[in-house]
Amino acid sequence: MFDVAIIGAGVIGCSIARELARYKLDVCVLEAKADVAMGSSGANSGIVHAGYDCKPGTLMARLNVEGNIMYDDISRELDFPFKRNGSMVLAFTEEDMQTLYHLMDQGIKNGVTQLKILTTQEALRMEPNLNPDIKGALWAPTGGITSPFEVTIAMAENAAENGVQFYLDHAVLSIQRYSDEKFRITTSKGDFISRYVINAAGINSDLIGQMVGEHSFSIHPRKGEYCLYDKKWGDLVTSTIFQPPSRLGKGVLVTPTVDGNLLVGPDAVDVDQRDDVNTTDDGLRFVYQKALESVPYLPRTDIITQFAGLRAIADGGDFIIRPSNTAEEFIQVAGICSPGLSAAPAIGKYVADILNGIMQKKGRGLESRRDFNPNRRGISRFSDADWNTRAELIKKDQRFGRIICRCEMVTEGEIVQALRRNPPALTVDAIKRRTRAGMGRCQGGFCTPRIMEIMERELGIPMDRITKKGEGSKMVLGKIKDFLGEDARC
Amino acid sequence: MLSMKADVVVIGGGPAGLAAALSCHERCIRDIVILERDSHLGGILQQCIHNGFGLHWFGEELTGPEYAQRFIDLVEEAKIPYLLDTMVVDIDENKTVYAVNPQHGPVQIQAGAVIMAMGCRERTRGALMIPGGRPAGVYTAGMAQRLMNIEGYMPGREVVILGSGDIGLIMARRLTWEGANVKMVCEIMPYSTGLIRNIRQCLEDYGIPIKYKCTVVKIHGSQRIEGVTIARVDDARRPIPGTEEFVSCDTLLLSVGLIPENELSQKANVQLDPLTGGPIVDEYRQTSVPGIFACGNVLHVHDLVDYVSEEARIAGYGVWRYLNGLDSKCGLQGDGRARIKAGCGIRYVVPQMISGEEDIELFFRSDNIYDNGTVELVDGDQVLASKRFLRIVPGQMERFKIKREALSGIKPGDGLVVRWRSLG
Repeated sequence: MFDVAIIGAGVIGCSIARELARYKLDVCVLEAKADVAMGSSGANSGIVHAGYDCKPGTLMARLNVEGNIMYDDISRELDFPFKRNGSMVLAFTEEDMQTLYHLMDQGIKNGVTQLKILTTQEALRMEPNLNPDIKGALWAPTGGITSPFEVTIAMAENAAENGVQFYLDHAVLSIQRYSDEKFRITTSKGDFISRYVINAAGINSDLIGQMVGEHSFSIHPRKGEYCLYDKKWGDLVTSTIFQPPSRLGKGVLVTPTVDGNLLVGPDAVDVDQRDDVNTTDDGLRFVYQKALESVPYLPRTDIITQFAGLRAIADGGDFIIRPSNTAEEFIQVAGICSPGLSAAPAIGKYVADILNGIMQKKGRGLESRRDFNPNRRGISRFSDADWNTRAELIKKDQRFGRIICRCEMVTEGEIVQALRRNPPALTVDAIKRRTRAGMGRCQGGFCTPRIMEIMERELGIPMDRITKKGEGSKMVLGKIKDFLGEDARC
Repeated sequence: MLSMKADVVVIGGGPAGLAAALSCHERCIRDIVILERDSHLGGILQQCIHNGFGLHWFGEELTGPEYAQRFIDLVEEAKIPYLLDTMVVDIDENKTVYAVNPQHGPVQIQAGAVIMAMGCRERTRGALMIPGGRPAGVYTAGMAQRLMNIEGYMPGREVVILGSGDIGLIMARRLTWEGANVKMVCEIMPYSTGLIRNIRQCLEDYGIPIKYKCTVVKIHGSQRIEGVTIARVDDARRPIPGTEEFVSCDTLLLSVGLIPENELSQKANVQLDPLTGGPIVDEYRQTSVPGIFACGNVLHVHDLVDYVSEEARIAGYGVWRYLNGLDSKCGLQGDGRARIKAGCGIRYVVPQMISGEEDIELFFRSDNIYDNGTVELVDGDQVLASKRFLRIVPGQMERFKIKREALSGIKPGDGLVVRWRSLG
């Protein structure tokens, strides 16, 4: 039996898990997919927004600004990449300039510091590759970039280290009141009993909410497509370049990533299916054309991959973070679209406060654990290390001297570490998210079979059971000769 | 960091690197080291278990591993040192090479001359920007080849191949032999980008259809690929609306081009030719950085490994000249070389610079199929040399030998052109 069951291991579920790990609670995280960060947390812009876009007075505005401030400390504690590279919103027309003043005004109301309107010359001095025809720009130096899946993985690993139990590949099928005090959660792999349930199911959070009878909100998927460029273009811009926001979102951005690539996207298209992460010809073309308005020097070649992610849009537009209307012990954390990644650390704290309130009403609030370890060390990265550190790494473990992914310079040592973390990386994509193996310009063409060899050896499973991303995604479909008929075989 | 010196550092122990090292050795250079990132010598040939290698070089038909082994044996005989599992991470213009391996950790080697022989990589789905899902089962042909021939596993059962590059054609046959159903090969161009003999021996002999002017416009499936939408394309290679057709499959292999792998060369400030994707070299295969040479698929994509071996031999000769101070006309300062450009009908030509001191051989590819004509080397209005061809095709690398006498009139800085001229 658990005190708290968190449904969903995206950045929100993992942030809440890590926050609750500070207290004397038995916590589990139930995730339908084969790894953490497989929904929206794995496919978004990776921006830690300054907080000027949100309407003042909304929960979004408050948690965005609070979360943004927390990123410096939490990235140090959890050892994930984070850089305050600053955000710039461009104005292409005089009307856009009015929008910038409006955004600045909003930002100040929301508590965003250091906002400044730049002249064309000032903006171009900072970013020489911008469209020279811009009328001006809003500069927000507190804006930052991170790796959304690394944030999620870091939070999950730190939560696990502090006792939170992760159940991957456990899809929640139904939730019942077990007794007055408890819930019974039926998953694809067995039942769980828990006093409290936190619904952080992202794109499916309305469906999970309905399992306890709450029909007060629904979630609409809004797709965004991206193009990722080769690292040779990573310094085309140094800050994150936005266009004036529209009704559908913050618009197409051009940004360096923390790993040194250049990312452009997303568009914003409402879709019907909750699993529609297909890229489209129209979407990709739109993103490219739109990005050209900001940075006219954007190359046509050297795009190494494209992807799409879904925003979980709730009616009303604001985050929904509150106890369920039907059951106080069931906390809804829904509609966490952008700036969800920026707000994630603050959402963790906010949910802990709500839980504490409910528990206090019942008698006893949250009690801190003295042995909570807030620190987590990431996998030692060969590519980021200087030569002395590399020499030490190899001295300790020879496998850090064998490079498996040549594009991203990922060693066997890192891949073996990824397999042994908690929660473990058990799929090819999970290893990719933790080590960057296969994320480079050859997109895994050379290293994938070698990674599969290492998985086969370390996990003790044959290659024909290795998957790309969980159930139904086998990498190979059989052994040589398996498909030959009986006649051919003898 | 372990620090070493060597007269010649060869980066890459595949066919180009092995032949280049042997060529240096034949010229009595003894202080050589080959750096190979894999755990064995031979490079990608080790997974090319089909035959057809060596007809030009050895006069007999060998498999890839056999071809490689002949060179490996010679390297062992000559006692040329090599380091396996050794990845070169960095190199600078002073020819200091930084590498790493499990045994020695970081290694720094000061080279007298460097031979780049890192080979090429395959174009990916991402580079083509094929829309759709991102399921398992979408692989480059070379990766599928490794899965089958090295690991012993079947990438899939129902296969569509996009692109008619040689590896894709070879894999069509290989998969068929192992009981997979290769449904079709789609080629966006009106002709094959692979060798004619491979179209015959790998597709026609097995009744595998090839659809020209056809491409994949969508990948279906979220976990494992469930099918592709194919469409015909117009002359500008744009899909024609209304011609879309769904083809179910569990595997999509891509054989859509090879890209010389020159990230390392760029670290040493080696100038690249946008047409080949490889370094700009002279007839000795010396790059724009004096003392750095290149050969094999890192220089331009070859169709036959035999030609790689030939080119590597030239690079070895160039290194010998360089180490003996015979390359006075080369180098960045006071360049005494003439440039060669691809003209009408020609996609690229290697070398791109010549001094004209010796007989040379030009390697080139055409930009389309041309019948009955000549390929000419011209200097302004003057035809310096020409060679008759019954047919040239983009999938086949062609060669053009030119005597030193024909080049006696060229001057430094001249812009020579190689072009196609039709007869009849």
